[in-house]
Amino acid sequence: MNRRRFLLAASAAFALPFGRSGWLLRAAESESGQRRLVVIFLRGAVDGLSVVAPYGDDDYYAARRSIALRPPGREDGLLALDGHFGLHPALQPLMGYWQNGSLGFVQACGSPDPTRSHFDAQLYMENGTPGRGATSEGWLNRLLATLPGPHEPTQALSFGPQMPRILAGPQPVANIALGPAAEKPLAIDRPGVNEAFAQLYGGDDKMSQAFKQSSQARQQMQADMAAPVMDEKEQMAANNGAPLPDGFPGDAARLGHMMRQDPSIRVAFMALGGWDTHVSQGNAQGQLAGRLKPLGEGLSKLVTSLGPAFRDTLIIVMSEFGRTVHENGNGGTDHGHGNVMWLLGGTVMGGKVHGTWPGLAADRLYQQRDLAVTSDFRGVIGSAVTRHLRLPEGAAAALFPGASIGGGAPVLVRA
Amino acid sequence: MLKNLTLAAGVIFFGFAHAETAPPVMLPPAAMTMEGARHALERLSFGPRPGEIEQVHEMGVNRWIAQQLDPNAIPESPALQTALAALPNLTRSDAELYRQEARLRQDKSDEGKSEHQAFNKALADDMATAHLDRALMSNRQLQEVLTNFWFNHFNVFLGKGFDHVWVGNYENEAIRPYVLGRFRYLLEATARHPAMLFYLDNWQNTAPGSRAARGREEGLNENYARELMELHTLGVDGGYSQQDVTELARILTGWGLRTRPERGPYGFVRQPDFTFAFDPNRHDYGDKRFLGYTIKGDSKGWPEIEQALSILAAHPATAKHLSFQLAQYFVADNPPPALVERMAKTWMQSQGDLAAVMRTMIESPEFWRPENEGNKYKTPFEYVVSALRAGNVAPTDPHPLFGELRQLGQPIYGIETPDGYKQVESAWLNPDAMARRLSFATALGTGHLGKDSVFFDEASVRSTLGEKLLPQTDKALAAADPRLRTALLLGSPDFMYR
Repeated sequence: MNRRRFLLAASAAFALPFGRSGWLLRAAESESGQRRLVVIFLRGAVDGLSVVAPYGDDDYYAARRSIALRPPGREDGLLALDGHFGLHPALQPLMGYWQNGSLGFVQACGSPDPTRSHFDAQLYMENGTPGRGATSEGWLNRLLATLPGPHEPTQALSFGPQMPRILAGPQPVANIALGPAAEKPLAIDRPGVNEAFAQLYGGDDKMSQAFKQSSQARQQMQADMAAPVMDEKEQMAANNGAPLPDGFPGDAARLGHMMRQDPSIRVAFMALGGWDTHVSQGNAQGQLAGRLKPLGEGLSKLVTSLGPAFRDTLIIVMSEFGRTVHENGNGGTDHGHGNVMWLLGGTVMGGKVHGTWPGLAADRLYQQRDLAVTSDFRGVIGSAVTRHLRLPEGAAAALFPGASIGGGAPVLVRA
Repeated sequence: MLKNLTLAAGVIFFGFAHAETAPPVMLPPAAMTMEGARHALERLSFGPRPGEIEQVHEMGVNRWIAQQLDPNAIPESPALQTALAALPNLTRSDAELYRQEARLRQDKSDEGKSEHQAFNKALADDMATAHLDRALMSNRQLQEVLTNFWFNHFNVFLGKGFDHVWVGNYENEAIRPYVLGRFRYLLEATARHPAMLFYLDNWQNTAPGSRAARGREEGLNENYARELMELHTLGVDGGYSQQDVTELARILTGWGLRTRPERGPYGFVRQPDFTFAFDPNRHDYGDKRFLGYTIKGDSKGWPEIEQALSILAAHPATAKHLSFQLAQYFVADNPPPALVERMAKTWMQSQGDLAAVMRTMIESPEFWRPENEGNKYKTPFEYVVSALRAGNVAPTDPHPLFGELRQLGQPIYGIETPDGYKQVESAWLNPDAMARRLSFATALGTGHLGKDSVFFDEASVRSTLGEKLLPQTDKALAAADPRLRTALLLGSPDFMYR
């Protein structure tokens, strides 16, 4: 739908006064430098050795005869990062952030659990307790509990029709549709319909809670989306008569816009699939490159649409495990172990590939086949998130129960 | 425009030919009541249609279940047969569909491209329409519920390569015929279907250094081997190692698709049609050590694969894993462990007879316990289908329903990952789902489905919800604008759970 139609629909749907939760009040608060967190989960195990490729290792080229990326400076070559690692050329839109120091990576990061099951590995990275599937809460939900109140339904936002495990738990979380459908008014937004169902879902049960969260979140969200952006140039670009494009760049721009408008959104989550490249992975071109391109564009859109709020936002890109060091028989890679974690944001100590690089020599590999894990993801996330969100000492232990996150964890963000 | 299905369309079939071959279904007394009939319809069908609860109660819940366990003896609904007959792509073979797709994709002219697009769209429409129509209208409801369950268990994805031509054929030929037979045959049927071989890449799995691999960048691919154990059979805690994954991948080399022309007698050449074939030139003939067994390299190759599938199908971990999943789908998100154990025991004793395992579950006291009634939050597909059944309405244009299912997060054949859709409340009950389900209920209840008009009769919908509604539902109904009453029923907590 176009923006004008949406504005009309939104104003018709929400004749109710917003009161304290009105966006005008919130927009004023956004100057307060409230810190926020965005987590992007790449489901299916992205090949981290192609994202931040160790072109300085001869073993890299020996292991990947058809899918290795060429060194920087060559045709279709990597984008030079630090003399040893290079960024996948499809991620060109992010190079500016590397250069200005707001993009960094942790190589050889991952879970201490050895599983090569996508589903178990994702579960452990989301519930934050590797090896323990029974933990039903996600670490992002536990994080919400450590933030100062008030805990409003829009404090955390997930994109997509299913609630991911990472946000499961007692803290309220809103979710919205992917794509332009997120902005489309629904029958439930009509006051008469909403009131009728409010009678039905006025209790304390799970469904009533979900109903109330959805009503509040939809009001807030539609107000956020309808609000004009502050930057005039950006507004022109955004308005241009066209709806936001489908796919990640569109959702990322939508997310950035909403977070900029609405400081009550402290945490946001989005998952992207399609990384399980067992066959014909490609190198500078091909399947993986085709997925990385919109990812890079989308992250760049997210940064621009956050505007000044980018200063106070930390964006983490993670995936359940890495892929085999050696390419398999079909120009692809199978399930591996260590991977790269991406950190992007105004507080990131970027321009650096952090972590301890174990190398790819045969005797350095995990179980003789995979990149070893030298940084536990819980330590990396725990220390980055607590510093970034200025949480009290010991908060990391609440996010990742059972993990030993000591003072030894690398310092990746500025407090 | 929508048509109301007539109840006369053979909702319940009373006579059954094979009564003597199967022992009667023995149920606890609670099952033989009107509420028992409703519970049976909620779990073993896609939800009661108006009048069905009474009919099942009258004929005896146990007799209805016995019928449902023997689907081939139930005459199919004429309305469904008519609907399916209008979908010609449905009965075409995997080879025929592939050949048409391959021919069309070669034509790069504008005309050719639009013909190719039209073919793909018509095919996708036909397959999803058939899937939906069967759920809505089939008299063999348990078979359809199980087809949905097992398709999801052996998931393939419409969006991967050629799978968009095969998913419907896969459901019809590799899943539906086997859902109440022996698991070993179901496993075999999925393992041999091009949709699975393509989806999990085994068609490219090649022994390094084998004749086919020579001079090419080809070798092992362990994708199918891993999911075959993790998802299809043993379960992730089933006691296998990375070594077992690699060994199974070696065993599975050569199990693939006809991708090269084959010479026959008299100069006859069979063109590649991507049908199932074992390629001896890709196979690894060395000995393998798999789950503690030594699998001797066989001169023919493929018997090793049959042996591995048999080991997996007969494994106690498979019995336990799949009994758990069935009980989780049919009884409770956290199914009673003692019930799962008894189902697994039946599995082992009956050599994986799925009808016997279902019978153990259905005859159990746990299945009928009050705490296990109305405790399963409907998935989007179940919600949408049960709503239409409660109104006794079938769409003439299914597209608005496809769109609704997409928005609700469960497009037909549309999940990319091999673990399929989740079947538990925690995956589906969330704020956005509430907003969308209630909006869908409002549309239906006020007479809209896409651009079509539809009539949902309040009393009929109410009759499918049993004797008593929750107090909050009664209260909200009493206070509501009469025009919203049917919407409220369809959006009530009573209706969200099965």
